[in-house]
Amino acid sequence: MPLVHTPHPDLPPPITNVGVIGWLRQNLFSSWINTFWTLLASYLIYLTIPPLINWAIIDANWIGDSRASCDANQSGACWVFIAARFDQFMYGFYPESEYWRVNLAAILLLAMMTPLFLERFHYKAWLAAAILFVYPVVAYTLFAGDVFGLMDVETSRWGGLMLTLVLSGVGIVASLPIGIVLALGRRSNMPIVKSLSIVFIELWRGVPLITVLFMASVMLPLFLPEGTHLDKLLRAMIGIVLFQSAYMAEVVRGGLQAIPRGQYEAAQALGLSYWKSMGLIILPQALKLVIPGIVNTFIALFKDTTLVLIIGLFDLLAMIQAGFVDAKWLGFAIEGYVVAALIYWIFCFSMSRYSQSLEKKLNTGHAR
Amino acid sequence: MSESDPNKAAMSVSDHVMIEIRGMHKWYGEFHVLKEINLIVHKGERIVVCGPSGSGKSTMIRCINRLEEHQQGDIIVDGVELTDDLKHIDQVRKEVGMVFQHFNLFPHLTVLENCCLALIWVRKMPRRKAEEVGMHYLEKVRIPEQAKKYPGQLSGGQQQRVAIARSLCMSPNIMLFDEPTSALDPEMIKEVLDTMIELAESGMTMLVITHEMGFAKTVANRVIFMDEGEIIEENDPEAFFTTPQSDRTKLFLSQIM
Ligand SMILES: Nc1ncnc2c1ncn2[C@@H]1O[C@H](COP(=O)(O)OP(=O)(O)OP(=O)(O)O)[C@@H](O)[C@H]1O
Ligand SMILES: [Mg+2]
Repeated sequence: MPLVHTPHPDLPPPITNVGVIGWLRQNLFSSWINTFWTLLASYLIYLTIPPLINWAIIDANWIGDSRASCDANQSGACWVFIAARFDQFMYGFYPESEYWRVNLAAILLLAMMTPLFLERFHYKAWLAAAILFVYPVVAYTLFAGDVFGLMDVETSRWGGLMLTLVLSGVGIVASLPIGIVLALGRRSNMPIVKSLSIVFIELWRGVPLITVLFMASVMLPLFLPEGTHLDKLLRAMIGIVLFQSAYMAEVVRGGLQAIPRGQYEAAQALGLSYWKSMGLIILPQALKLVIPGIVNTFIALFKDTTLVLIIGLFDLLAMIQAGFVDAKWLGFAIEGYVVAALIYWIFCFSMSRYSQSLEKKLNTGHAR
Repeated sequence: MSESDPNKAAMSVSDHVMIEIRGMHKWYGEFHVLKEINLIVHKGERIVVCGPSGSGKSTMIRCINRLEEHQQGDIIVDGVELTDDLKHIDQVRKEVGMVFQHFNLFPHLTVLENCCLALIWVRKMPRRKAEEVGMHYLEKVRIPEQAKKYPGQLSGGQQQRVAIARSLCMSPNIMLFDEPTSALDPEMIKEVLDTMIELAESGMTMLVITHEMGFAKTVANRVIFMDEGEIIEENDPEAFFTTPQSDRTKLFLSQIM
């Protein structure tokens, strides 16, 4: 009988290595320790998630217009409260008939910013300049009014998310350039510029923001000459900007220090002046390196604006708190805080994601 | 100059003085780096500077475009004296191009943008014109096809040639090279040296710090040996390599040859 070798067909991989079971085995039950943590985590999820879903969705009260509509099902969240108060969360005490002005400003900003994200739009620099220099004037005119037949709306009536965005927008836009100048100043060869920058940075970094805000609202007016009136919102803004720019300066300085000396020398050898070599060579690289730090500072700034509530400005958080201490809606603090947390989280997370995509886009593949 | 070398005969040296250094001293704090440097460079000269590490070679040529400040003596570049006057410094930097050991290309800009940047921002040339000039010199160093890439995507030899093109774009009359090949892998050294040889043949005044003695022999019309902040010896390459005068030169040559 001739010996013929007939190969066996390949066996399928053991069932335990593929598919759902394989994945579970590899990732969740690969060892005793791992199995223990998996079980513990599952138990914790079981303890927390179903009640949360019950509270937030299944048992929640969605429809109605007063707290009576929430009495029916007391074990669920009362989103009626949020809906009834939503306008105030967004606009504070801004007159209802004028909401369109705020909306228009918001739409305008979004419309102006969209092309910045388009790959093939060629006038990004001009558009960015318009957003930085023209838009604030337009937005301020819309918000404050008192010209072009627009009703005068005092800044004390600005509030809610609108105020939060105004404060953090101004803070972000102003603190970066001031921070850059301070960082350059701190690394300057000129002793006076250098010491002034150091004193400024260390002074502002050394005090809590609350103190700064108190000073801005209570003490500053005492020093101003008789009769000059500086808007409370403006004072708070200046306080926040100066405070954050000190932090920004240190973040930027970290980036500047990471740029090798050869880059400065090559720029000098080509005849670039100090400001041109900074603006064209050093800062673009330094800022790119510290994008995570810059965005971190932006996020901190965004959340720190909540502190203005202690000097009587009504930002988003303050409006929400004002909502649930109102006798009509007493007792819905949890709903309020959940919504506040969600809104803040959406903005902060967006910033974080944007910074990551920016880092990826700016990566030119140089190894350092 | 050895008349037997056809290349060298083509490179002419004129009487015009490009760089004049007189009694120059420099200190880093207490440390006396450069002592009584005297040097005259004529238009079209190719000078190789060599010497042991830490002898002050880099410091000397960096004084010529004021990357370092000297404390005593005079440096005159094409009739302009280097002083604290920023206008003079700008004028001198216009005349002088520099190539570094570590290339120092701008990593956030493409190769072409590296070349055009100073034309646009220092010379105020329109972008389109600047790009033409940039491409012209990239062709000269034989890498026009890399124009749209970033420096990080090029080999060391290619990067150094971009750096040379970037300097040439500013149409300098003098080129300084600070160890242009010592950060390169051996197989890339030749491509950079070839570029430099072509540059020398075009009549450029060059001051080159290098340990490539082959380059010194074929291209240089003068070799300068420095040690401990002084110019110890100065001669045409043939005499320098065959009959060195000072003991320190002999020792140095015996170590590197
Ligand atoms: N910024 C500085 N501060 C203080 N000392 C310095 C500075 N730069 C250089 N030196 C010192 O000056 C001396 C000369 O340095 P230089 O870089 O000119 O040497 P070099 O001849 O180019 O050496 P190499 O072949 O290693 O490049 C060295 O002893 C060095 O330590
Ligand atoms: Mg050196």
